[in-house]
Amino acid sequence: MELSPFYQELLTSLNRGLIMSIALIVPSVIGGVVIGVLAGTLRTFGNTITRRATDAYAAVFRGTPLVVQLFILYFGLPNLGIYLSPYVAAVTGFTLCSGAYQSEYVRGALQSIKRGQYLGAQALGFTTFQSIYWIIVPQAIRRAIHGCGNEIIYLIKYSSLAFIVTCVELTGEGKTIATEYFRFTEVFTIIGLYYLGLVTVAIFILKKIEQRLYIPGFGHG
Amino acid sequence: MTDSTPILSVNDISKSFDGNIILNSVSFQLATGEIKVLIGPSGGGKSTLLQCMNCLVIPDSGDIMLENRQIDYLNKESLYNLRQQVGMIFQDFNLFDHLTALDNITIALRKVKKCDRKQAEQRARQELEQVGLADKEGLYPAQLSGGQKQRVAIARALAMDPKILMLDEPTSALDPELIGEVIAVIKALAEKGMTMVMATHQISLISGLADEILFMENGRIVEQGSPSKLLSTGNISKSQGFCDRLNELAEVGE
Amino acid sequence: MPNAVSAVIDSLPYLLQGASITIGIVVSAMLIGLVIGIFMSVGLVYGNRSTQYLVTGYVWIFRGVPVVVLLFLFYFGLFTYLGFNFSAFVSVTIVLGMTTGAYQANIFRGAILSLPQGQFKAASALGMTNAQAIRSIVLPQILRVSIPAWSNEYSIILKDSALAFVIGAPEIMARTQFVASRTYQHLSLYIAAGVIYFLLTWTGVILLRKLENYLRIPGYSHHGNNS
Repeated sequence: MELSPFYQELLTSLNRGLIMSIALIVPSVIGGVVIGVLAGTLRTFGNTITRRATDAYAAVFRGTPLVVQLFILYFGLPNLGIYLSPYVAAVTGFTLCSGAYQSEYVRGALQSIKRGQYLGAQALGFTTFQSIYWIIVPQAIRRAIHGCGNEIIYLIKYSSLAFIVTCVELTGEGKTIATEYFRFTEVFTIIGLYYLGLVTVAIFILKKIEQRLYIPGFGHG
Repeated sequence: MTDSTPILSVNDISKSFDGNIILNSVSFQLATGEIKVLIGPSGGGKSTLLQCMNCLVIPDSGDIMLENRQIDYLNKESLYNLRQQVGMIFQDFNLFDHLTALDNITIALRKVKKCDRKQAEQRARQELEQVGLADKEGLYPAQLSGGQKQRVAIARALAMDPKILMLDEPTSALDPELIGEVIAVIKALAEKGMTMVMATHQISLISGLADEILFMENGRIVEQGSPSKLLSTGNISKSQGFCDRLNELAEVGE
Repeated sequence: MPNAVSAVIDSLPYLLQGASITIGIVVSAMLIGLVIGIFMSVGLVYGNRSTQYLVTGYVWIFRGVPVVVLLFLFYFGLFTYLGFNFSAFVSVTIVLGMTTGAYQANIFRGAILSLPQGQFKAASALGMTNAQAIRSIVLPQILRVSIPAWSNEYSIILKDSALAFVIGAPEIMARTQFVASRTYQHLSLYIAAGVIYFLLTWTGVILLRKLENYLRIPGYSHHGNNS
């Protein structure tokens, strides 16, 4: 079956956009998790100053829309003479926003670990580092993985905002063609399927990881 | 069985939290093979005293001496070292929730004592066998009953070859029908000559095992002596009154 | 800098009018989502197999496709194609309502499943009909335990509503963009928009927390059942 020229053009563009989307998502996920672990740890164990600072960071980025954050980075910063490329602005915005949400899950996981776990390790002669590395971290990962995974799913979907700061990814490529041919229904249905594919693959991988880490009676709640 | 050189001595230790005095210059000596039982009302300082003895809580003042060596509270190495030699059993077990029964025991052997996995597992299986849980090694804490959890906790402590075992109300969090299995394990340890300090409300442990009873109230040891002396009929002591009340409760329970 | 500040001050009334439109979108969307969510969750838990497949498919689509894509699809595509002449405001409200409906379906499903089995049985034993049992026993309980997740949904939908500007609904973001493009004071204006959203988010979250405390039943929590 031969595809019509319209669909050929559409799929070529969308595949190009898909690659850009993935190039946005992967570093943002990694950056978000790293920042989330750091900020979440500081929010739990930091001194008053670092705790307040990281709490404020999380409250601001969780309390404002991602699109506002992107606009400030891309359209706002030039007022101060700072110019970011569309790609850098998008990845920076995604990373900072995602990190704020991730820190929430990391903090929740760390707080949910009972003090007795640490005490038990100390009583056996573990050093502080050993207690954290062998007892606290493995438990915290299992408690946080579900929430952090959900946040990654959100991030995949919100990567669609990059086109608003002119970083042309999946949605941006599609919008160009949809506008040109005025065929919004077909184009955006197909884009929707692309995202469903991405999200479904991510959910599958995350579920596999969760299963591998599963321990009877050790919930993520 | 008691030999006269103290293996551990507690000299004049005090501890306050938020201005409340929890321990008020407590001293006593523990000889090798001796079993001391701490009794007295809740909030009397028993738990804090035990946690001070292996420096999970650092005393505000006073010394802990292990085999005539003073523990330097500021030297982390010496604290880690002390804790390896003094095993601790908690009221609420504190098993590591993400590890199987077997790995709860091997992890300290591997990470603290640096045994290789094979040795550690072999040792852990021996200890599980001792507490009657050889068939439960693959189960996680959530899959064990309270009594089984406490027996794993005891096996975990024993695998470190402690010179002293401290037990902080080891049966208080257990359902009545599960207390017996834990008491049996503790009695077996006593028969083997394990040096122990135990806080408990369990009358059979108090009268049956203690070489000496320490009665604690308001952060002080207010009475001290052998069960035969303190609990003999006709003797009017705080320990006697306390145990009478425990007996009454036990009878009501039955 | 004075220009940056005065641009914000001058446009503040205009932006705040946008805030009332934003609130209108969010409140209507949350209510649409509540209705969709309740029906779908009942379908997920008690429905027959084909109902369950249908609902699961709906949830999968609306949880997997970005809001922007849905906005373009419905506003420029499906609604026009089907002959509906919806305004941008109505379209955004419907799309966000359907999206949060999918999430709320999962929230209520979790709440229903966490409800102890005996509750429904006890209601039946007292002679209640199924409908009575659901309305006076099941719903009051699941709505209570759902408030924290619901407050989370509110904050997500509020922030998603900022995407309405891509189809031109005159809410906070669209107005900010309009003023910014005329005054060139992008930074201060978008920060001002951020502050408005920040206040709306946390005010709503705090109010819902108050509601949760107000409705709290002593000793009643579903978390307690797991431990």
